[in-house]
Amino acid sequence: MNDMTPTREQREAALEGMGCKRKRVEDIRFTQGKGQYVDDLKLPGMVFGDFVRSPYAHAKITKIDATEALKIPGVIAVLTAEDLKGVNLAWMPTLAGDVQMVLADGKVLYQNQEVAFVVAENRYIADDAIQVVEVEYEELPVLTDPFKSMDPDAPVLRPDLEGKTEGAHGPRKHHNHIFTWEVGDKDETAKAFSEADVTIKELISYHRTHPSPLETCQCVASMDKVTGELSVWGTFQAPHVIRTVASLLSTIPEHKIHVIAPDIGGGFGNKVGAYPGYICAIVATIVTGVPVKWVEDRMENLSTTSFARDYHMTAEIAAKNDGTVTGLKVHVLADHGGFDACADPSKWPAGFFNIVTGSYDFPAAHLAVDGVYTNKAPGGVAYRCSFRVTEAAYCIERAMDILAQKLGMDPADLRMKNFVKPEQFPYQSALGWEYDSGDYHTAMQKAMDTLGYRELRAEQKAKQEAFQRGETREIMGIGISFFTEIVGAGPSKNCDILGVAMFDSAEIRVHPTGSVISRMGTKSQGQGHETTWAQIIATEIGIPAADIMVEEGNTDTAPYGLGTYGSRSTPVAGAAIALAARKIRNKAQMIAAHMLEVSEYDLEWDIDGFQVKGNPQARKSMKEIAWAAYHAPPPGMEPGLEAVSYYDPPNMTYPFGAYFCVMDIDVDTGVAKTRRFYALDDCGTRINPMIIEGQVHGGLTEAFAIAMGQEIRYDEMGNVLGASFMDFFLPTAVETPHWETDYTVTPSPHHPIGAKGVGESPNVGGVPAFSNAVNDAFQFLGSTHIQMPHDAWRIWQAAKDLGAHG
Amino acid sequence: MEGFERDETFLHRAFGPEIFRAEGGRSKDVIPGEFTYHRPASVAEAVAILASHGDEARPLSGGHSLIPMMKLRMAAPEHLVDLGGIADLKGIDEDGGTITIRAMTTQHELIASDLLAGKLPIIRETSLLIADPQIRYVGTLGGNVANGDPGNDMPALMQCLNATYVLTGPDGERDVAARDFYEAAYFTALAPEEILTAVKIPVPPAGHGFAYEKLKRKVGDYATAAAAVVLTKSGGTVATCSIALTNVADTPLFAADASDIVAGSTLDDDTIKLAVAAAEAITEPASDGRGPAEYRTKMAGIMVRRALARASERANG
Repeated sequence: MNDMTPTREQREAALEGMGCKRKRVEDIRFTQGKGQYVDDLKLPGMVFGDFVRSPYAHAKITKIDATEALKIPGVIAVLTAEDLKGVNLAWMPTLAGDVQMVLADGKVLYQNQEVAFVVAENRYIADDAIQVVEVEYEELPVLTDPFKSMDPDAPVLRPDLEGKTEGAHGPRKHHNHIFTWEVGDKDETAKAFSEADVTIKELISYHRTHPSPLETCQCVASMDKVTGELSVWGTFQAPHVIRTVASLLSTIPEHKIHVIAPDIGGGFGNKVGAYPGYICAIVATIVTGVPVKWVEDRMENLSTTSFARDYHMTAEIAAKNDGTVTGLKVHVLADHGGFDACADPSKWPAGFFNIVTGSYDFPAAHLAVDGVYTNKAPGGVAYRCSFRVTEAAYCIERAMDILAQKLGMDPADLRMKNFVKPEQFPYQSALGWEYDSGDYHTAMQKAMDTLGYRELRAEQKAKQEAFQRGETREIMGIGISFFTEIVGAGPSKNCDILGVAMFDSAEIRVHPTGSVISRMGTKSQGQGHETTWAQIIATEIGIPAADIMVEEGNTDTAPYGLGTYGSRSTPVAGAAIALAARKIRNKAQMIAAHMLEVSEYDLEWDIDGFQVKGNPQARKSMKEIAWAAYHAPPPGMEPGLEAVSYYDPPNMTYPFGAYFCVMDIDVDTGVAKTRRFYALDDCGTRINPMIIEGQVHGGLTEAFAIAMGQEIRYDEMGNVLGASFMDFFLPTAVETPHWETDYTVTPSPHHPIGAKGVGESPNVGGVPAFSNAVNDAFQFLGSTHIQMPHDAWRIWQAAKDLGAHG
Repeated sequence: MEGFERDETFLHRAFGPEIFRAEGGRSKDVIPGEFTYHRPASVAEAVAILASHGDEARPLSGGHSLIPMMKLRMAAPEHLVDLGGIADLKGIDEDGGTITIRAMTTQHELIASDLLAGKLPIIRETSLLIADPQIRYVGTLGGNVANGDPGNDMPALMQCLNATYVLTGPDGERDVAARDFYEAAYFTALAPEEILTAVKIPVPPAGHGFAYEKLKRKVGDYATAAAAVVLTKSGGTVATCSIALTNVADTPLFAADASDIVAGSTLDDDTIKLAVAAAEAITEPASDGRGPAEYRTKMAGIMVRRALARASERANG
């Protein structure tokens, strides 16, 4: 070898494979404004659709008259439910087994509900027409409080369900009841409570909020009446599912539907479901024969397309005097709004909320969830969390703090005492999950040591005493959250969407020159798949990531997959990628053996090629092998170097983390300042540490927003309040705290590369850390639980109620 | 759940809770209706256009209030008179004891002005708390004070400084004191054919103390409550004091009683308590996403207390 021969380290570095802080390749176009989003699409002859929406939260519609609107030059059509009935699309199925109006059919169930769809030559004319579509409403009594949904005299919200005593998930016990979902052993749990030394019980509410991608939901639908083919470009987190649903609803054969998700400006769960805008644009293009664009504005997005949370959780813990937990009982009242449009795997009406035992070894647990209707917008999506996991993590992490308070124990010590122990994995939880792996004690101890936890507690105590003496008006809180996520939906034995099992897929083709095109069933909305998927392939087949193109979102070319949400991409598609790459490497090994005239068993893999065992000079790089695959494959072998893999995961993955928040609160104004926020994540094998850090920063910022003020409020009339960025709290860089990130690595034992998924952990773990910090600050004044969101006035109110204003 | 009676956000402050029940069954909009755009080169020309169209015309300065209102179709002027092309409406100068700021001076220009930094530093302090840099490059002093939005910061500051607004109409100029200008949310002494062309501010004595304290939820938000204080001291006693409040009523509030209580005092605890109570007493805030009325009143008091403390610290004498 001469000096120019690269060392092993240099060859490894050249791949930019797993573990490399590779810069995001997407950003080259995004930072130059060259991304191609749905609204960038301009097709010849394209027209625009927009909605007439209901000003009322609950009303009968007695008349819709579009006569004046249709007189405006440039107005092409005004669609109503009556028109949609002609194509059997006035209603559509939801992912949760309910049905939902596409356009108001005789009544409206929430403010801003879609009433009519105006199609016009441009957006200005469409809006002019909306002003003059005449709709007559007859107001009905409004129900916004889920605790009153099942009152005997509560208004009937869904006359279409009259007489239906059986819902998609079992019996319905009231006209506004959707389902009851029960998990766990009720008797065992009752026994634990009857034998407990100590019990706690608290109503812990997680308010209604909303994912806020910078790009709202939108689509362009185009029907080619000659070929009978329908093309739909849209903001779809799950484009293949959208195509299947579009085919089932429209009866257009699936191969004649082309669904394409171009660049997407954030999803966070908001872009999983199917919305009336998509259906109406499709119907409008079928009716008019020209392309129809629908673009949601910010107020429409915040007030209609899929809220998140609105979970009211009553948690009870049974424990011994020494702090050992013995039982957990949780009841949830779930507010779904006017329709159950929750985006969960079909058999899971409350998602994976049964992860609510958290990181703790509860011998017995019981969970019951009741879903109800109200006059609010439908949804219940997983806003940067696996299905209902952030609710579960918030519930148990708040409840553990309340138990620690009652026992007079330090909340960190209580957690340490009850963690599932490393030797218990795989761990069977009382509510039915098998946790694949974990090392909670190590992570917790690392967090406490890094932060100087005991010193912070001493400082807090001194500050409390100073406050009591009247020397300061500032108090201090330390919020702890030790969360366990459940992601990677999912194994076909548990998970499907409308009957389609929740596998995912990858297809990799190595070109003769040794460059690669790869396609997946997932769809990045900012996660950086084009960067990280290439890194997995680079490590697996020894071709530099820079030579690997990643393509997602076109249902014509990409293999079928269930999309990107619930931190499922890495656990599911990431595994498919690794396995497809290994098929290629296996074939490459046979080709290399032929080229080197040895048995394939005499070869060993070495970073970017195969070498003869004991004779590393005799080697073939992947580049050489790729050329041979097309030029001179071994006799009898098919030419080419290409593989497809569909991966049905054997289990979920269980990322976890220890988050600590140190907060200073001005008691007189209620303003809370985050002094430090430390986030330790264990997501198993780390593919790109820089992208992980970015994911954690983004998720923590959302968690901060949610915990500290981000809320969709309604008044008693069902008016949605604050559905604009003037009021809906979206923190800027100025408000956002500084984030300290850290990690441990506990690989998933069942995942081909040991990776677990991380995108949603910071939202799941962050919210309880913030809320626990606020609650912790007020404990010494006698507070047990203060509901979120913790915006300044509510903190001030809590301080006032505790007598802290003198 | 909190029993809000009404929500007076940016969107519905001027129009009440019925804004979501607007005529035609339309509850939102982001696309303006049709209008004619004018860009006059002189004040006289602008006034003439306004006079010929009456209520159908609106002057446009920075546009940060009017354009969103038009997109929401809460304002639908048929004629938009852009004042951006009128050179006479730019500039800051001093004449004797008065500083004159012409209406189209942007908030960024207020921040960058050495003259203001030396003579009226509270203007710089307040301007830096308005929205964000992008908005301050375009938003103007004239637009901010003329629009009558009680959420704006400059109106209360101008009341605190006892500024005078110069209104120019078809019959020439007239002066109206900032303390007399505001009638209700979006209702002011400005006639439809008039333009607010300049703001005249008497220069406070050198060594005066000042502070603008603003509590807000985030960058870009209107104040939950804010207080402007300017005071002078003599021999350890407050000689003169002027206090005004932002966004705790449907107009800015000049807190005359609170100002009088502080003047002549040594700013002892009892005086501060009395002044805070007097300031709180004149507030009439709406309950909204920033908090219930009671909270916003109390925050007005806290802002007054903190502004007094900071102004006093800064004052010489």
